[in-house]
Amino acid sequence: MKIHEADAKALLLAQGLPVPPWEVARTPSQARAAAAKYLADPSNATGKVVIKAQVLVGGRGKAGGVKLAGTLDEAEDVAAQILALEIKGLPVRRVLVGPAAEIVKEYYLSVLLDRSTKRLMFIGSAAGGVEIEQVAKDDPGAIVYEHVDPLLGLPDYAARELAFKIGFGPHWKAGAAIAKGLLKTMLANDADLVEINPLAVIREHGAQGTPVERLVCLDAKITLDDSALARHPDHESLRDLDAEDPADVEARRYDLTFIKLDGDIGCMVNGAGLAMTTMDLVKRAGGEPANFLDIGGGAKSDRVAAAMRLILEDPAVKAILVNIFGGITRGDEVALGLIEARAQQERDVPMVVRIVGTNAAEAAALLEAARFETAATIDEAAAKAVAAARGTAA
Amino acid sequence: MSVLIGRETRLLVQGLTGREGEFHSRAMLEYGTAVVAGVTPGKGGQRALDGAVPVFDTVAEAVRETGANTSCIFVPAGGAPDAVLEATAAGLKTIFCITEGIPALDMVPVVEVVHQAGARLVGPNCPGATSPGRAKVGIIPGSIHRDGDVGVVSRSGTLTYEAVQAMTDAGIGQSTCIGIGGDPIIGTNFLDVLRLFAEDPETRALVLIGEIGGAAEEEAAAWAAEHLADIPKAAFIAGRTAPEGKRMGHAGAIISGGAGTAASKVSALEAAGFRVAGSPTEIPGLLRAAGYRG
Repeated sequence: MKIHEADAKALLLAQGLPVPPWEVARTPSQARAAAAKYLADPSNATGKVVIKAQVLVGGRGKAGGVKLAGTLDEAEDVAAQILALEIKGLPVRRVLVGPAAEIVKEYYLSVLLDRSTKRLMFIGSAAGGVEIEQVAKDDPGAIVYEHVDPLLGLPDYAARELAFKIGFGPHWKAGAAIAKGLLKTMLANDADLVEINPLAVIREHGAQGTPVERLVCLDAKITLDDSALARHPDHESLRDLDAEDPADVEARRYDLTFIKLDGDIGCMVNGAGLAMTTMDLVKRAGGEPANFLDIGGGAKSDRVAAAMRLILEDPAVKAILVNIFGGITRGDEVALGLIEARAQQERDVPMVVRIVGTNAAEAAALLEAARFETAATIDEAAAKAVAAARGTAA
Repeated sequence: MSVLIGRETRLLVQGLTGREGEFHSRAMLEYGTAVVAGVTPGKGGQRALDGAVPVFDTVAEAVRETGANTSCIFVPAGGAPDAVLEATAAGLKTIFCITEGIPALDMVPVVEVVHQAGARLVGPNCPGATSPGRAKVGIIPGSIHRDGDVGVVSRSGTLTYEAVQAMTDAGIGQSTCIGIGGDPIIGTNFLDVLRLFAEDPETRALVLIGEIGGAAEEEAAAWAAEHLADIPKAAFIAGRTAPEGKRMGHAGAIISGGAGTAASKVSALEAAGFRVAGSPTEIPGLLRAAGYRG
């Protein structure tokens, strides 16, 4: 699950990491009130505030979602502009308002799951503030990798080594502490990724107006492990329902994995790999899948019925392809669910059903008695569904 | 011959008395697998599967009493990492974890402990493995297999069944079929399995079934090009139509930052001498086109 920058910063702050102050505003007048505080703050070296769109997609800056303001009126105007934006299809409902930093130097630091070594890994670079993928392409030598010991975590010496390798200069102590803090944030929240870009040395006005430099998390991106949400009930409030289709919410309730796509052939499949393959074969047969839908392992008839409702809620759906290869899922349970769902459904959409594997014979008898159109192979099922969507015979 | 499991397998099932555990343990037993023990804390002393299998409170006790050498875990996600640790501590060297939905960070230290003990974990979130005619461990339907000499390795569950069924229908048998699981942190990856197949004299061809996300297919392809150059190889990659940035069901199936795409995997596999199928049903034909004569 992706979360907003402001929420990610709150999780960092809770683990004691240095994050400049911010406030979240939902209206231009709230943004003005927040700006008043930061514009009047004597430590603010730029005398400006930054206003940042809170949307769950990258490239906010390029889309006009990050702007500076030097006065209260300007802050209110800029906030109004950003709150009116839609970035990559997502409406901006909230902005983050904070002091605009005087940046001395930008770094990159993240910790993530490294699949190939089966460990957590830090990625750091003194070339921060740009996309790390770009740095990896242009100047791979500028990136530092450091694996985390799966049993010990990141001991102090390893954090120091990482900080020196990245090259934080006089800020190496802060850099090492931040690395440890990012790992702590990851473990405390079951995150897949904690990314700070930029991690920046900023200049502020100290007590007598003398400049003070410190290393802070200027931006933050955290993604949470969906499998661990059950043990973090407080994270549920961080979910951005604007970034989701209403169908996603319904799918979660029934433990279905549903991703809406643009086509007209609804797909219901057990298993993620087979669900992707079914989509691929629909496309190959000349059709367009309307969704990815994995009913998961061991689905019972009520889950199948819920899946059918979800598919039919999409008015674009002209045909449905059900592809079940029973292992942990029993074919007869799915057949019963389909029969139940068809009895309830209000819209008549042609359906092609293929059920093989565990209890396939029982399923076949049920489907035959209920007069469902069936298919023997996955290719035949895809071809029949594409034909049905076009209103022609396969 | 086969890898990981075979006639010598003496299987212990952790979570045997649960709904899924019981259903699939019965299927394993019926397939001919020596299911010698079940472990469910608090149910020690009972017998399960119509009295055929004794149940123990702990893995250590079950191993001591029955000589079990392999474990299959059906314990729910909250207790599954601990179940893997228990099997490892009891000295088992081959452990399959079928459980899905385990938080990835829970598995990181567990995978390390298994590795340090010199044991092998397959999964989690995997369908298990079958060595046709000898043993099946996990949830793969036994009926889809045929004894033979093609090694099959896959990140998926049901997609594997699809591919194996197509092979069996075409008269092509399998030496061992292994589902490694769709999670980001898994005990055994493609490369680990290819190493096992490379050492098995009776595996004479290879089928790899991958999907979008990560770079495990690319890593395995590079290794196969060097070490498995002489055997027929076919592959299938799921997710050619998957949109970027969406997690396609499996926790590990996501294209991010332009990496982990089907196109990247297909080209790496083709460069390594794999014939890459457009549908799992094309795999048998491609194996034969690659020179497979089984």
